[in-house]
Amino acid sequence: MIVQALIDQGVDTVFGYPGGAVLPIYDEIHQQNAIRHILVRHEQGAVHAAEGYARSTGKPGVVIVTSGPGATNAVTGLTDALMDSIPIIVLTGQVPTFMIGSDAFQEADTVGITRPCTKHNWLVKETDALSGVLHEAFHVATQGRPGPVLVDIPKDVQFATGMYNAPKPSVSHYQPKVKGDMEEITELVAAMEKAKKPIFYTGGGVINSGPAASQLLRELVKATGFPITSTLMGLGCYPASGENWLGMLGMHGLYQANMAMHDCDLLINIGARFDDRITGRIDAFSPKSTKAHIDIDPSSINKVIKTDIPIVGDVGHVLEDILKVWKSRGRKTNSEALAKWWAQIEEWKAIDCLKFKQTGKTIKPQHALVRLEELTRKHDRYICTEVGQHQMWAAQYLGFEDPNRWMTSGGLGTMGYGFPASIGVQMAHPDALVINVAGEASWLMNMQEMGTAVQYRLPVKQFILNNERLGMVRQWQELLHGERYSQSWSEALPDFVKLAEAFGAKGIICSDPADLDDAIMEMINHDGPVIFDCLVEKHENCFPMIPSGKAHNEMLLGEAQTQGVIDSKGSVLV
Amino acid sequence: MSALKIKKGATSHSAYNLRPTFSDMVERHTLAVLVENEPGVLARVIGLFSGRGYNIDSLTVAEVDHTGHLSRITIVTSGTPQVIEQIKAQLGRIVSVHDVHDLTVEGASVERELAMFKVTGTGDKRVEALRLADIFRASVVDSTLESFVFEITGAPDKIDAFADLMRPLGLTDVARTGVAALSRGE
Repeated sequence: MIVQALIDQGVDTVFGYPGGAVLPIYDEIHQQNAIRHILVRHEQGAVHAAEGYARSTGKPGVVIVTSGPGATNAVTGLTDALMDSIPIIVLTGQVPTFMIGSDAFQEADTVGITRPCTKHNWLVKETDALSGVLHEAFHVATQGRPGPVLVDIPKDVQFATGMYNAPKPSVSHYQPKVKGDMEEITELVAAMEKAKKPIFYTGGGVINSGPAASQLLRELVKATGFPITSTLMGLGCYPASGENWLGMLGMHGLYQANMAMHDCDLLINIGARFDDRITGRIDAFSPKSTKAHIDIDPSSINKVIKTDIPIVGDVGHVLEDILKVWKSRGRKTNSEALAKWWAQIEEWKAIDCLKFKQTGKTIKPQHALVRLEELTRKHDRYICTEVGQHQMWAAQYLGFEDPNRWMTSGGLGTMGYGFPASIGVQMAHPDALVINVAGEASWLMNMQEMGTAVQYRLPVKQFILNNERLGMVRQWQELLHGERYSQSWSEALPDFVKLAEAFGAKGIICSDPADLDDAIMEMINHDGPVIFDCLVEKHENCFPMIPSGKAHNEMLLGEAQTQGVIDSKGSVLV
Repeated sequence: MSALKIKKGATSHSAYNLRPTFSDMVERHTLAVLVENEPGVLARVIGLFSGRGYNIDSLTVAEVDHTGHLSRITIVTSGTPQVIEQIKAQLGRIVSVHDVHDLTVEGASVERELAMFKVTGTGDKRVEALRLADIFRASVVDSTLESFVFEITGAPDKIDAFADLMRPLGLTDVARTGVAALSRGE
């Protein structure tokens, strides 16, 4: 019945790990061919893989794990998906209903543990309710602001036979509003017509809304000529090669993007949530602007930043209405002021905040990414990352032309996300070039998934920028803690080439800038999983950087004075 | 979902607010939350308050619509206006929540609470307790030679006042239901 429900919901792939409390489900899986099951090596990997699958396809990802430790191992993935609004359905086994509460073997209060880290969860005690709950789970995970859901199914319920109901148009009371209020939309259009220094600030909501939303956004940007920046989660909704693109904003965002955010007079937030990585110091955030905020989640509005024009609705629907209203009012913009605004932006761009010098015999991490970009951008390419300096460099130096091509852990910042995510992406896109840009420390957190990659012959490329350090931790210790590098040195690293070979995969090591291009080409051309150990400069810092507790216009641009830039108030922030 | 109207101009609130001088007036609001009567729904609501650091001054819950399977949770909470707005929006996000009403801002409402007080003592104090109970329209629901149990219904401040009076007269135990509230009129 469970497998039937998954098939009826259009599921073709599930990620999971069997155990005592899900054996009946696995028995069903064994007797069918419609759904492919990917056996991961750790339940956290299953959820991240499902996230990668979901993020790169727009479809929900499905996970099956057992009770107790299976469920608790999934918690990090669930929290990650909640923070980044990724639709995931996790099915957990549970001890039989008559044993619940008795501290049975591999029993855990799964719905209790996962209540704060799911959008919603269910414990199904009656077999007849099972199919309805499963369909409802897909509805809740995908409608409104997407998110992870969990269905906990006791083993006796799995064994029992009951009534199966096929999915029908939702009878759920959960029906989030998708259309924006026309009055507010008209108010925003009027503000756009007059704005002298407007900016679009876009986020993951554009991607979650679907490819049509990105299309509409591109149309709107082209038609109005306004500059556009995006959060980490929104990269790809507007092409990096687009004329109006300023680059990513935020703590490690580009100079022109942050300066424009600070100086703008109309800030149009589309599907972003004023995260603290974006705003920096709240009371100095974009002080001169009228702020419009389009979000499907009413709780995002006025949570952090006071909004002047709040629009609750789905990004795609709202953008469509904005375009309609703007066109019907005569396609007006303040072109004279806009030209001045662009002249100012060009001055900021001229600072070229991402410049670096590749000299000597050591590869700079930025250089490695510039070469990776150059050699892979013409491919059908998907990029995942782990978390840390390499993640920020990847966001800065790689160009994303389309949505759903960039999988990264934004909100939760989960080290160990990227590798399993790349497995999920490759499952969904077997012929694409899937690269996980990683740091050696993050990568080791879920390295057991090499077994999965090799078992399913998934040619995922693990591009590890190896500085033998927890780079971002090291950078903060340099800036904040008097260069006392407590525990941020990865001692006793494995030989990644031998590690790859031990798993039956290919390993490549590269330390000389002169060999880099050939090594990257070797990685791309190898038909199978590759671990690329790219030995890079060990003490490189990630700039630009807005230090904690500072405003957008107080960015650090390079290896300048980094000591004492964060005051005691700022240093309590993370 | 609930028909929450986002109030324009509410001020920002965040853990990252670096303005220690920022002190808005703390307001007390009574929220009526209509929820699906299902296991764990109360934990969802309470978990939201504890997880996000909001206050609960009082909370009552009971099924109010047996056929519709709905329970009504009445929460008295306090916070700055933007925190209250955020609480309502966050409650509205919970999938099991059907509706959120802020009785404090949506017109007039009545609030009632039931309490039981055990007062022990003899002589004058015992007589005085009984006399005051009569003034407060509290009724005696249990009596021994040395104690009364009073039952009183009213707005929370009336019950507070009664408790203040009973304390010197031998108050030994209090049980309060928490606030139930309804909007006035239709």
